[in-house]
Amino acid sequence: MTPIALGLANVFGVLVIVLAVAALLIWVERRLLGLWQDRYGPNRVGPFGLLQVVADMIKIFMKEDWVPPFADKAVLVLAPQIIAIVTLVAFAVVPIAPGIGVVNLNIGLLFFLAMSSLGVYSLALGGWASNSKYSLLGGFRAAAQLLSYEVFMGLSLMGVVMLAGTFDLRAIVEAQRHLWFIVPQFVGFVVFTIAGIAEMRRLPFDLPEADAELVAGFHTEYSGFKFGLFFVGEYIGLVLICAMIVTLFLGGWLGPWLPPVVWFVVKTAVLIAFFILLRAALPRPRYDQLMAYGWKVMLPLALVNLAVTGAIVVARAPAH
Amino acid sequence: MEYMFFIAGAIAIVATVRVVTAMHAVHALLYLIVSLLAVALVFFTLGAPFAAALEVIIYAGAIMVLFVFVMMMLNLGKADAERERSWLSPGMWIGPAVLAGLLLIELAWLVAQGAGAPAVRQSVEPKAVGVALFGNYVLGVELASMLLLAGLVGAYHVGRRRADETD
Repeated sequence: MTPIALGLANVFGVLVIVLAVAALLIWVERRLLGLWQDRYGPNRVGPFGLLQVVADMIKIFMKEDWVPPFADKAVLVLAPQIIAIVTLVAFAVVPIAPGIGVVNLNIGLLFFLAMSSLGVYSLALGGWASNSKYSLLGGFRAAAQLLSYEVFMGLSLMGVVMLAGTFDLRAIVEAQRHLWFIVPQFVGFVVFTIAGIAEMRRLPFDLPEADAELVAGFHTEYSGFKFGLFFVGEYIGLVLICAMIVTLFLGGWLGPWLPPVVWFVVKTAVLIAFFILLRAALPRPRYDQLMAYGWKVMLPLALVNLAVTGAIVVARAPAH
Repeated sequence: MEYMFFIAGAIAIVATVRVVTAMHAVHALLYLIVSLLAVALVFFTLGAPFAAALEVIIYAGAIMVLFVFVMMMLNLGKADAERERSWLSPGMWIGPAVLAGLLLIELAWLVAQGAGAPAVRQSVEPKAVGVALFGNYVLGVELASMLLLAGLVGAYHVGRRRADETD
C-alpha cells in the first residue's frame, strides 16, 4: 500500500472501530451492570440482546429533533458536537500498535490533554443554552468539576513524562519495555484513573447529570440525535481514557506471545470492564465532597508524586 | 503549511473582530475561544507545537472556561444585547480605528523593509522550551510564580470564612 492509502486506512479504520466500540459499549455496559447487580439486563432483542444497540439507535434517530423555544438555538446545537468531535480527535494520537494509529505527534500527550480540556465546553454550553434551571445547575457542576479534576490529571502524568523523557506517546510505550510505569508511578496511575473517571463524568463522579437530583443535568433539554451525540461522546471518552491508561501506565501494546494489537485491545477491554464495575459498585458522593476530595487529597498527592519523581530522576541522572 | 498558516490567521482575525462586534456576551466568548484555537494553529504551523498545546490547554481549555462559568451566572438576556448594541455606536469606532490603522501602517512599512524575515521553519521541541525557560529566562519564571502566589493568597483571603461565620 502507498503511504497515503495506509494513512487513510488508519484514519478510517480507527474512526469506524472507535465508533463501533462506543456503540457496542451501550450493550456491554448494561449487560455487565445486570450481571453484577444480579439481574438480566437487555436480553430480548437478538442473541444475548445484542441487537438492543440497533434498536436503541433506530429509536434515537427516529425521535423528533426538538429545540426548546426558550433555548439559544445555535449554541444548543453546537454543544453536543463539541464533545463528540474532541474525543474522536483525541483518538488520533493514541498509539494502538506499531504502525497502527492516526498520527505520531511529538507532543501527543499534550494534544490529548488539550482535547480533553476542550470537552468541558460541551457540557457547560449545553447546560447554559438549554435555558432551564436543571440544565444550568448541571452545566455549572460540569464546568467546576472538569476544570478542577483536569488540573491534577495533567500533573499526575508529568511523572511518566519525566521517566520517559518525552511527550511522544509511542516513545512512552517503548520506554516501558522493561517495566510498566504502573510500578514506579503507582500514585500517578491512581490519581490519573480517578481524574479520568471524573473527566468522563462516569459514575461515581456523574454529578453534572445526577439523575436523582437534577433530572438529567446538563442534557435535560436534549433528545433524539443531539442527546445521542452526548451519549456517544461519553462512551468514546470512556474508551479514550482506558486507552490512555493502557498507553501511559500498562505498557501499551507491549506483551509476550500475542500480537501487539491484541495486547492493546485486551488491556483496554479489561480496564473498561473495571470502570463499569466501579459504576455498579460505588455510590455517588455529594458535590462538596467531590470538590474537597479533588483539591485537598488528589492535588497534593499529585504534587508530592511529581516532586518525589523529579528528585529521583535528578538523583539517578549521570552527573555532568 | 503556508496555506494552513494563512487560513488559521484569517480565522483568528475574523473571530477576533466578531468578539468585539457580537451583541451577545456568550457568543462573543465563543468567538474568543475560536480565535485562541486559531492562534494555537498559527503557533503550530510556525514550528512551535509546545506553545500551541499550552495555548489550547491553558487559555482555551482553562481560563476561557472560567469566563464561560461567570457568564453563565450572569443570566444575560435580550435587554443586555440591546444595551450592548447602543454602546457600539459608529462614533465609537473612530478612535480605535485610527490608532489601529497607524499600527497597521507601521507593520506594513516594517514588512516592506524586510524586517519581518521569514519565520524559522524549524520545530522547537518541548525540551528546548524548558531549557530556555529555566536557563535564560529563569528570573521571569520566578517573578511570574510570585505573582501567581500573590493571586492565590489574595483569592484565599477573599474566600476565607471568618470565625464568627457559620454555614
